[in-house]
Amino acid sequence: MSTETLSKSAAAIERARAQGRTALVGYLPAGFPDVQTTIDAAVAMAENGVDLIEIGIPYSDPVMDGTVIQEATVEALRNGFTVRQIFDVVAGITSRTDAAVLVMTYWNPVMRMGVREFASRLAEAGGAGLITPDLIPDEAAEWLAVSDEFGLDRVFLVAPSSSPERMQSTVDATRGFVYAVSIMGITGARSSVSSAAREVVAAAHRAGAERACVGLGVSTAEHVREIGAYADGVIVGTALVAALRDGGVEAVAALAKDLSTGTPKG
Amino acid sequence: MTDTPQPQSVTEGAAEAFLAGGSLRHAQGPYFGAYGGRWMPESLIAALDELEDTFEKAKSDPEFLAQVAELNRTYSGRPSLLTEARRFAEHAGGVRVFLKREDLNHTGSHKINNVLGQALLAKRMGKTRVIAETGAGQHGVASATAAALLGLECVVYMGAEDCRRQALNVARMQLLGAEVIPVTNGSQTLKDAINDALRDWVANVQTTHYLLGTAAGAHPFPAMVRYFHEVIGEEAREQILSATGRLPDAVCACIGGGSNAIGIFHGFLDDREVALYGFEAGGDGVDTGRHAATITLGRPGVLHGARSYLMQDDDGQTIESHSISAGLDYPGVGPEHAFLADIGRASYEPITDAEAMEAFRLLCRTEGIIPAIESAHALAGALKVGQRLAAEPGDPAEKIIVVNLSGRGDKDVATAAEWFDLLPEDSAEAEIGAEGEQL
Repeated sequence: MSTETLSKSAAAIERARAQGRTALVGYLPAGFPDVQTTIDAAVAMAENGVDLIEIGIPYSDPVMDGTVIQEATVEALRNGFTVRQIFDVVAGITSRTDAAVLVMTYWNPVMRMGVREFASRLAEAGGAGLITPDLIPDEAAEWLAVSDEFGLDRVFLVAPSSSPERMQSTVDATRGFVYAVSIMGITGARSSVSSAAREVVAAAHRAGAERACVGLGVSTAEHVREIGAYADGVIVGTALVAALRDGGVEAVAALAKDLSTGTPKG
Repeated sequence: MTDTPQPQSVTEGAAEAFLAGGSLRHAQGPYFGAYGGRWMPESLIAALDELEDTFEKAKSDPEFLAQVAELNRTYSGRPSLLTEARRFAEHAGGVRVFLKREDLNHTGSHKINNVLGQALLAKRMGKTRVIAETGAGQHGVASATAAALLGLECVVYMGAEDCRRQALNVARMQLLGAEVIPVTNGSQTLKDAINDALRDWVANVQTTHYLLGTAAGAHPFPAMVRYFHEVIGEEAREQILSATGRLPDAVCACIGGGSNAIGIFHGFLDDREVALYGFEAGGDGVDTGRHAATITLGRPGVLHGARSYLMQDDDGQTIESHSISAGLDYPGVGPEHAFLADIGRASYEPITDAEAMEAFRLLCRTEGIIPAIESAHALAGALKVGQRLAAEPGDPAEKIIVVNLSGRGDKDVATAAEWFDLLPEDSAEAEIGAEGEQL
């Protein structure tokens, strides 16, 4: 893999770092409630301090997601979302912002389309790469090869339960950043962020990860500030999805702006 | 449905080894040809590693093996009988038909073999809580039973719709001390119960073992669940040899996730002259879209931790399955079956609801045995296989089929009474049966 130039996700995180900020990653599911709203809300996030956009592909069996995201993705599917529309969403966002756009997806939809075709279309749409919650590097031989071919980021997850050996192999397989799962659990806003997150990030850095972002349970500017003290980025999902559900694009913009007040490194 | 063939090179390699005379028994995983593996969140990998390690050590620990054997003998009632079904066999072309009587086990099905083994492993890992998924409630009841016996806390995830239809099985689990959590996510069926059990497991993995009910899921579950059910095939092979002096021509089993089938198949995998048949739920018919014939019509994909055949649409979204038999109503199938299908060692065919119910009634009336509707799929398949065998050269009376009678049908009486229109219009049971209740 090339180390000459930074990948899209890495560049976005380094840009934030150069500005003295923690990178802010915002998640929304594609097609909730419709494709155009997803694009508009993502652009609003980018205009209000979000450095990386993470767009989820609605999937019938999202085992890592809590109720809020599940309900949103069920509605997206009910409203007729199809996997091919993910490329329209990504292209729609990348044509209007400079934010890096990653796709978060369970693996079966990618496998169904064909890993190479999926990657090729994602690259064509200007996407940065994939976050894969149920694909571990052990099973990712095809994706490792194809992501190299198309220069795409591959964001794998590490968890409080990851052994030192697995931490090392996952960090080695990753490009862009390592997604540090803050707690043993699923997505969902929580009142406080587990102290385990600090240890996971430290372990990732020790294993050589240049960039580690913390996700699961992050919902307030205070969380962002707290995590920014030790991590390179923070990932907010459920809180943004709930904002979109309850207050539309404007509410997403307002929450993004508020979250971004937590990003300056103290 | 049409399909673009997926790369099958690994399977081809395994198939070549098989054709060259290699043994198929005791396959350890994580891969069965191109199938199996661990398509799971990283958060759960440590728990899967711990389980694999505990299981591998237990298999070579005489104390563990003695515990399993003792429970099998004194609690489950093993060995289960092998019964010749002479009057039933008259409808199967006149070949000889033997039933492996897993219906006579404690809790009424083969499920007890697996839950006892896994509950013992949970104790060895120091876990105090087990969780399980259930469709109709059979695996939930078996899990609650094992948990009660071994003093473990038990939580069972069950689709909200299934809870309503299977109120008596919910009561059974509660009587056994388990907590039943209705699942309202997604399609509110078995696959969603598995999703919620996995979510629970991620959050509580330090104290909790996920007692998966079938030979599917992430490694080591497929190989481990098969291991605990291998006793079915081992007993059956010994019993048929002792009863007839020879191996059967065919072994028939029903397939949902495939645990009872892989258990009985395993005893005969290396007996190449024994044909192995798995009968999937054809529902209303495989051309109607309302079925659970995963291998017959599915395409390779990943669901619940394993790569295998899967009922999915062009987007890779899981398609809901349909079957009169809740135990077969699952859109996936264990990876070892996918492998055995690809290399041609076992054959998989669909049986419709109507065919299964005819075989159900036939066994009741010819043998005085009420089978589970799941097992009735194997019986219906055996009728077809018997007629095919009878059409081949040789005396039909010299030909032998072993059918795995995986469970008893007490739970299915209301469904069957409704199907055969046996209930007076104004009876309470008619109302229950109309809603699909299984007593």
